[in-house]
Amino acid sequence: MHEWALAEAVATSLSRYIRDVGTSKIERLIIALGELQAIDREIFEFALSEIMRSSGIDVKSLELVTEEAVFKCNACGYEWRLKDLNIPEEIRESIHFLPEAVFAYVKCPRCGSPDFVIVKGRGLNIVGIEL
Amino acid sequence: MTYPLDPRLSVLPERLSRIRKVVVFTSSKGGVGKTLISATASLTLSRRGIRVGLLDIDVTNPTAHIVLGVDPSKVKPVEDRGIIPPEVYGVKFMSPVFFTEDRPTALRGESVSSAIREILSVTLWTGVDVLIIDTPPGVSDELLELVTNIRRFDAVVVTTPSILSIRSAMKLLDLISPKVSGVAINMVQGKSASEVTQLIKELKLPVYVLPYDPMVEQAIGNPQKMLATEFAREVDRQISSSIMSSLLNKDLNHQ
Ligand SMILES: Nc1ncnc2c1ncn2[C@@H]1O[C@H](COP(=O)(O)OP(=O)(O)OP(=O)(O)O)[C@@H](O)[C@H]1O
Ligand SMILES: [Mg+2]
Ligand SMILES: [Zn+2]
Repeated sequence: MHEWALAEAVATSLSRYIRDVGTSKIERLIIALGELQAIDREIFEFALSEIMRSSGIDVKSLELVTEEAVFKCNACGYEWRLKDLNIPEEIRESIHFLPEAVFAYVKCPRCGSPDFVIVKGRGLNIVGIEL
Repeated sequence: MTYPLDPRLSVLPERLSRIRKVVVFTSSKGGVGKTLISATASLTLSRRGIRVGLLDIDVTNPTAHIVLGVDPSKVKPVEDRGIIPPEVYGVKFMSPVFFTEDRPTALRGESVSSAIREILSVTLWTGVDVLIIDTPPGVSDELLELVTNIRRFDAVVVTTPSILSIRSAMKLLDLISPKVSGVAINMVQGKSASEVTQLIKELKLPVYVLPYDPMVEQAIGNPQKMLATEFAREVDRQISSSIMSSLLNKDLNHQ
């Protein structure tokens, strides 16, 4: 369950942010979960709520949105999505731990180049905070 | 202050906060022995009873597992509120190879930095007192990621006795100078080091002189055998002992 470590990262980052602006209340918090990292939503949400509660961060509404993973080839410009790929379970597991592991297993579906970028949907991001 | 902040960077200091000493082996030129020294220093520290971790941050070409004889398709880290590195000869060992399985991995700079942040922010080094970090050669994205995001570490710059390597090492020394705790001259044969030792002595840094040892090649993948080499004896006597005494000195200072 390394979701706990990720939740801890988000909570640490938030507590620093709200300390800097001088509040302990967040009205609305929006976190994007990149599809590539395949974070277990329930565990993550539970872990984050627990950690925030114990560190005295009061969040009224927490929204977790999934961000679709999109890749783009640096060689031919082709764009594709994670769902276009057929990645075996044990490789998904490696990518779950380290999203950049995708570069070891995936090539451009059109030209076969290993040189591509993750356009979006890599991992975890704080995308909105309303105080 | 703006957001989004990269949450990984916020938690990174916390992940390393209980480690008493982080030692990073770097070099300007490739193939000078960073990986061999990192792995061997870790093994000898462990033999001395120090709780040690070894982190390979060469994302596109990790090799420390080869020196330790770790098969990444068989040995895996464990997931438990973070990622717990497997133990090899008493050394807690973490490498991107556990996730890329030694397949060729084409990463550009930004992804290299991201991979390192991810590993540093989810790896739990519980119980580790000394963390050894093996880096790729040069002023790499990997090295910059460490310099920028890890506040406290000692760097040991590795070079061969060749003037080409030394000259390059000097530039690196310049760049990260406040963090450099020593210079290792590796693969020294005969008296070839005396001249360069002189050169480096002017820097007033500790210099470790490690011999060229033909037995090293056959010991790759076999820690027992590696520990028995002349090379390992010198790594232990010069590098590991100084890491160990710096821990002891810190203890004394606290009293
Ligand atoms: N003291 C030594 N005696 C004999 N061989 C050595 C010694 N040190 C290193 N070597 C050999 O030199 C080669 C390069 O060593 P190593 O891979 O540790 O260098 P590196 O600096 O980590 O390389 P890179 O920059 O590619 O990461 C290896 O084949 C290793 O076995
Ligand atoms: Mg190396
Ligand atoms: Zn392509």
